[in-house]
Amino acid sequence: MTEATEPPAGATRTVRSDRRALDAADAARVATFAALIAVLGLPGSLSLFGNAVPITLQTLGVMLAGAVLGARRGALAVLTLLALAAAGLPLLAGGRGGLGVFVGPSAGYLAGFVAGAFVVGLMVERLRRVTFTGVLVAALVGGVGVVYAFGLPVQALVTGVPLPQTAWLSLAFLPGDVLKAVACAGITVAVTRAYPAALRHRTREG
Amino acid sequence: MSPLHRLGAGTKLIGLAACSLALLAVRSPAAAGAAVAGVLALYAVAGLGPRALWSQVRPLRWFVPCVVAVQWATLGPLAAAVLTTRLVALVALAGLVTLTTPTSHLLAALEGALGPLGRVGVDAERAALVLALAVRSVPVLADLAGTVRDARRARGREHDVRAFAVPLVVGSLRRADALGEALRARGLDD
Repeated sequence: MTEATEPPAGATRTVRSDRRALDAADAARVATFAALIAVLGLPGSLSLFGNAVPITLQTLGVMLAGAVLGARRGALAVLTLLALAAAGLPLLAGGRGGLGVFVGPSAGYLAGFVAGAFVVGLMVERLRRVTFTGVLVAALVGGVGVVYAFGLPVQALVTGVPLPQTAWLSLAFLPGDVLKAVACAGITVAVTRAYPAALRHRTREG
Repeated sequence: MSPLHRLGAGTKLIGLAACSLALLAVRSPAAAGAAVAGVLALYAVAGLGPRALWSQVRPLRWFVPCVVAVQWATLGPLAAAVLTTRLVALVALAGLVTLTTPTSHLLAALEGALGPLGRVGVDAERAALVLALAVRSVPVLADLAGTVRDARRARGREHDVRAFAVPLVVGSLRRADALGEALRARGLDD
């Protein structure tokens, strides 16, 4: 780290230098949520049919990052996680990592996670009050719709299977993702009640 | 140390990107065969055996049978073979970069690539800090998740996702905000 430079004089201290970078509080939240998404992707956080189906809560983590942190920070948290996974750390769902996942059929979904978290955040930021329905719609549009909009074309390209058949193939994951959007809505509402500072950026950025 | 291990991380990433684009253009059985031969040769050069290769393509083991079935039905057996071979070769090649490059080198290459983006508002130094904080946070949050899971089990709510996630998210936020305060106290925002 560089040495602390002269703080800007007087009144400018209250103006956040948002354009420059993340401040300390944002950096800490982004890093922590990157780790949270990774932890939710560990096998065993949710088991269906006795672990026969390897479903994890990673996409729930992506939706929560957007809903709780907001668009910019949520997308950055996902990006941070993807950078660490690309560097070889086994942090993606089921302990996957390395560059293979970024050229395989799942590559588009990973890019969709970034855009998806951003859209969820954007929509939740625009809500007048954080309600179950409001967050649910945001999670369905951003966390499911946007993720599939990125994931399906890339999967079709990489596998060579035409898009409609690819969509049918991926339909198996849709119920789980819808359930995660429902969970995201319930969790976000509960978290804002238990920890009112959770969405502090809403009041800060207006 | 093979020549592949010694090659710079940035060079390997650029090479991988170029090979990925080339592999996506593979349409004929001959080209697919050449791709497989090339990837196997590179694994041999790196001194890596079948076990290392399998560790990289293993995540595809459920996906490949499904996608082959669909490819066979829609495009015919030959196209299914070519497309699936191409896919597996691509993943194996990317895995080779991962196998021959330490995580720290890849992260350094990534941070180096962020440097020139400073003009469009990307702070490479802050990005490096966030990456380091995230790595350190993973075991802490895994610990927290374990604690929450045990508490949930004690109350007999093992299958309730919300009872697991709400305390985990609140605990993460509390930790993050304390960390932010600590960073600010050390003059990070000045």
